[in-house]
Amino acid sequence: MGNWYWWMLLGMAVVTYLPRAIPLTFLEGKELPPAVSGVLRNIPYAVLGALIFPAILYAQPDDLLFGVIGLASAALIAWWGGGVMGTVLGTIAILAVYSLLAG
Amino acid sequence: MQREGLSAGLKAGLTIAIGYFPVALTFGLLAKTTGLSLIETVAMSIFVFAGAAQYISLSLIAAKVDPILIVLNTFIVNIRHFLMTASLNEKMQPDARWKKAVYAFGITDETFSVISTTGDGRVRTSYAAGVIILSYASWVIFSGIGHVIGANLPLFLQAAMSIALYAMFVALLIPSLKGNRKVVLLALTAAAMNGFFFWSGLLSTGWAIMVSTLASAIFVEILYTRRGNVIRRAVERKEGA
Repeated sequence: MGNWYWWMLLGMAVVTYLPRAIPLTFLEGKELPPAVSGVLRNIPYAVLGALIFPAILYAQPDDLLFGVIGLASAALIAWWGGGVMGTVLGTIAILAVYSLLAG
Repeated sequence: MQREGLSAGLKAGLTIAIGYFPVALTFGLLAKTTGLSLIETVAMSIFVFAGAAQYISLSLIAAKVDPILIVLNTFIVNIRHFLMTASLNEKMQPDARWKKAVYAFGITDETFSVISTTGDGRVRTSYAAGVIILSYASWVIFSGIGHVIGANLPLFLQAAMSIALYAMFVALLIPSLKGNRKVVLLALTAAAMNGFFFWSGLLSTGWAIMVSTLASAIFVEILYTRRGNVIRRAVERKEGA
């Protein structure tokens, strides 16, 4: 890549670390109002919803069906208690079969 | 009762580590096809350690986007960690600032989800350390392995592996949805809003995720606080009568 890559990496490392570290190190010992901590407790579930949809549909940018099958498989396997590992590997297996048949 | 410590953390971390295996492998593979060397690939996983941001940076590098814009984009994509660590701060045991500054580096969507949904009450620093150590090791090692062996995998398998990151997010969300309407509402509202921003082209990916997350979390909180108040008032009226 070249020199620019390492400068870019430094920049990426800094801007990734700061949002992780600032709240943990500077909010210590400060009581947050109940409304604020209520909102903060909601965030894990909301952020997962936004990370999954709609990006999962475009996992293969030119094949929507791939994403739809992936979403459905992952949701079903996870629902039936597949856990993180079972869900990830199971979904890959199903899509491998699909890609083999479609491609 | 002693709350869960390092060994429980390592055990929970192992699940993430195994889940990261295909995700990191795919990252290594994509990095190679983008033209990154092995060292450049592993270095990104070592110093950045953020799946979604690393994936996005690869597509931007491939599109020859200005490196400054790639850094800016990384920042925008990762602002959501600000919300997560602020949320996590409520959940973690109080500890020395330097310790928190160290484990803050290891907060990803996955380690955050696991740590913040662990039992009731405060989580010990040693538990978080356990979760992070194995996750981080897996992420770094399998990025490298993906770069080395990835291109030798058959194409249909390479294609199938592009789902790994999302399948992992789904696996983290679904168990919490069961029997919990508030969680369902939170995830659906955020997903719907993010879809709106995406298809309307109003906001770029990073901002869209951040705005949808925050708006959904606030909206649902207001909804539930109001409902709580209505029920409380109804009970008070009954008792008064």
